[in-house]
Amino acid sequence: MAYVDRIGAALDRSPGGVILTSLDALVGWSRGQSLWSMPMGTACCAIELISSSFSKFDFDRLGTFPRPDPRHTDVMILAGTITRKMQPAVKRLYDQMPDPKWVIAMGNCTVSGGIFFYDTYSVVRGADEFLPVDVYLAGCPPRPESLQDAVLQLRELVREESLAPSVRHERDLQLPRPAEDEAR
Amino acid sequence: MSDAELLQRLLEGSPELESSLGLERGRIVARPASSELLGVIDTLHDAGFDYLEMVTAVDRDDDFELVYLLQSRRHSASLFVRTTVPRHDPRIASLTGLWTAAEWQEREVFDLFGIEFEGHPDLRRILLPDEWEGHPLRKDYRDERLIPRPDYI
Repeated sequence: MAYVDRIGAALDRSPGGVILTSLDALVGWSRGQSLWSMPMGTACCAIELISSSFSKFDFDRLGTFPRPDPRHTDVMILAGTITRKMQPAVKRLYDQMPDPKWVIAMGNCTVSGGIFFYDTYSVVRGADEFLPVDVYLAGCPPRPESLQDAVLQLRELVREESLAPSVRHERDLQLPRPAEDEAR
Repeated sequence: MSDAELLQRLLEGSPELESSLGLERGRIVARPASSELLGVIDTLHDAGFDYLEMVTAVDRDDDFELVYLLQSRRHSASLFVRTTVPRHDPRIASLTGLWTAAEWQEREVFDLFGIEFEGHPDLRRILLPDEWEGHPLRKDYRDERLIPRPDYI
């Protein structure tokens, strides 16, 4: 059942129509309901990202709305192969997103390098080489419904996050692997 | 008209192409020496092959082979021009005087093979980052970040 229905039901049961909740739960719920996305579409997965935003699959009903400016967004959806030439640009856009921010790695190329893992000199093997990824979505490309499922999974993750600042900051600084081309 | 007939017509129109034009597997291929490239392409341009479709190169182990695909709207035909440059001194004349489209295509060949085009207005890397070292499509290119595919895949 949707969260909104549960709150509605709780309101019906409560005396006087008042619910007590923690700030964490309320903020976590509301953040998850409207995750504005930075559509970082570099390659073929971008087509699936675009198609999931349009009327047939409609992202907007999940509250996820593509914004061209990273400063207005919560989640960066990395859709497409990241080449070594493109990597500093992606990192710069990620840095321009205000906290709290999350990353969905969409498609095999951003998860692990995909079909470009072997025999290539120019592809970054997975977005988690230089960004902290929250949701990994495999597929080549993943279907629009998969991407929407990833956003729903992210919503669960966002709901569990605490407002305590130390958790957020530490998570951002600890990358799984050291970035290779930091200087680029 | 078939390629053989087109070849006949071309040779009748410009007999100086005799030494470089030929039929290979039923298609017209011109193989001039690298010093004669500009002259041959000029003649073909005047004979109707006025559209440059593609410029690319192949690393044959002894030398580089440059491949140009020319198309003719008038004759509805296409032909290849292949020429070789030595590995130790890979330079060739640029086609930017005839076609502006050659500019970026030759930049790509320079970026990936290291072949220099004389007369090119702006010869620099186009696909790889500017500070990249080496030319990746050469057979002797080595990169420690490259993971070779294992046999069991």
